[in-house]
Amino acid sequence: MPNKQVLLIEDEPHIAEAIRFILSRAGWAVSVLGDGAQAMSRIAEVLPDAIILDLMLPGRSGLEILSDLRADADLSRLPVLMLSARGQGRDREAAERAGATAFLAKPFANADVLARLEAITGGGEARREPA
Amino acid sequence: MARSALTGTRIRERRTALGLKQADLARAAGISAAYLNLIEHNRRRVGDALMERIAQAMGVDPVALSEGAEGALFDGLREAAAAAESEGGALYQAPDLDRIEEFVGRFPAWAALLASRQARLAALERVVEAYAERMAQDPFLLTSLHEVLSAVTSLRSTAAILVETEDIEPEWRARFLQTIQEESLRLSGTAEALVGYLDEIETAETGLSSPQEQLEAWLEARAWHFPEIEAGEASVPDLIAGAPELASAAARALAEQHLAQLTNDARALPLETMHAALADLGPDPGAIVARTGALLAQVLRRLAALPPGQPGLGQPGLVICDGSGTLTFRRPAPGFAPPRFAAACPLWPLYEALARPTQPIRALVDMAGRLPQRFLTYAVSEPRPTGFDGPLLMRATMLILPAPAEATEAPARAIGASCRICPRADCPGRREPSIVSGAG
Repeated sequence: MPNKQVLLIEDEPHIAEAIRFILSRAGWAVSVLGDGAQAMSRIAEVLPDAIILDLMLPGRSGLEILSDLRADADLSRLPVLMLSARGQGRDREAAERAGATAFLAKPFANADVLARLEAITGGGEARREPA
Repeated sequence: MARSALTGTRIRERRTALGLKQADLARAAGISAAYLNLIEHNRRRVGDALMERIAQAMGVDPVALSEGAEGALFDGLREAAAAAESEGGALYQAPDLDRIEEFVGRFPAWAALLASRQARLAALERVVEAYAERMAQDPFLLTSLHEVLSAVTSLRSTAAILVETEDIEPEWRARFLQTIQEESLRLSGTAEALVGYLDEIETAETGLSSPQEQLEAWLEARAWHFPEIEAGEASVPDLIAGAPELASAAARALAEQHLAQLTNDARALPLETMHAALADLGPDPGAIVARTGALLAQVLRRLAALPPGQPGLGQPGLVICDGSGTLTFRRPAPGFAPPRFAAACPLWPLYEALARPTQPIRALVDMAGRLPQRFLTYAVSEPRPTGFDGPLLMRATMLILPAPAEATEAPARAIGASCRICPRADCPGRREPSIVSGAG
């Protein structure tokens, strides 16, 4: 069975590198994108099993990307784990309203990233429907 | 009519003194008991017509309810009573407001002391509110906080990997150690800049906040719009009197100047004229100037002083600077927050206008930030009248509007708020290093 794929959209290179390391070791195939403007085309191209999406990105915000994603007939069911460096309050509510599957505030424990990702993708089973 | 914040308290005192029930007075005045209750707790302002009806129902002169004859001392004592009540009656026995005159008459020094303590308490509460507001809105603090959290996230994740991964490859180990080194430096740099910034605020401030900040807090609370001025029936002293945000005499003087200018602008470009122009021409200052013959700076100010929700204007921003470049007026637009203390970005079209007097400048700009946003700006500078042989004093004005949808792909000028929080590393206008990572 091929590795599950996750697309990590995060503009902080060191955070992206750490998450990539953790998830790769757990058997995920990780692609990284550091710019919000390219996100939608990259998602359509990669068709990942899940997306980890930072809220504040250069180019386009994570919330805008998430709204577009939820409005897209082919991509609307993709599980999205939203990350934010702005605490739990307003950002969490905004992410939930926009359709985030899960939310994690920075700084986070590495184990939490993996646990949330596994949880939103069905406990290790790829959620993507066969084409 | 001058009306203090305690009009409601006076209505309640008079009603209870007359032995009237709240419901009965409300019925006589043609309002609900619930609404009268809000008025009596000073949570709703009373219009002139309603004040007439309430006064008539109680058989008193409206002036007695609006202004009172008792002056600041009585107001201070009532404020103390109202504050005690809102804090919860369990702590204090409710003061007997009907005997307030007797209290002042018998113990004038104690009454004055209590009123002055109440005034001091109110001033300190405003200080706390101002600092809370600053923490929530200051772009420098927000950016610094984001930097700190990002660095801490990197450090925590990377350190955990190094500690928890037993079989980590040497290349990865070296790479993560390098990350820890870089992020530690970033964290200490941000912390240092924050300490410097807070020191600067402490030095710059003499009290609650600067008169300009007080003026802006007041305008913000009024949604940057004065229906009274639009209606042509405003009395500037009445508008300013009792505004809690205008704590200093200097702020009140600034407010007077601002309202005088708003009044002139509204006379030159009445609301109906502006609504018709916006409907026919859209938010195009050049076209509005061509139609009305008004000065461009006046049109720019006017567009930023209209009632909220005008089509095409969004929540407009407006900045004005003098010839030194100092921002003398700051109305922020969402995503475009003029700096409070540091100097602004020299690439703003506002400063180009200052260098090219009287030439209108229209420019699309991309404001740097964690969430970059695009705006359409209109700027112009003009000499301020100083009479024959007076000094040359320039003033530049810039209106900030959301960029129209068709402008999303057009080239735009890359600007920031202020160097220290701007991530543009290769900016030709950079004055000092940024605290934001990646900037030079």
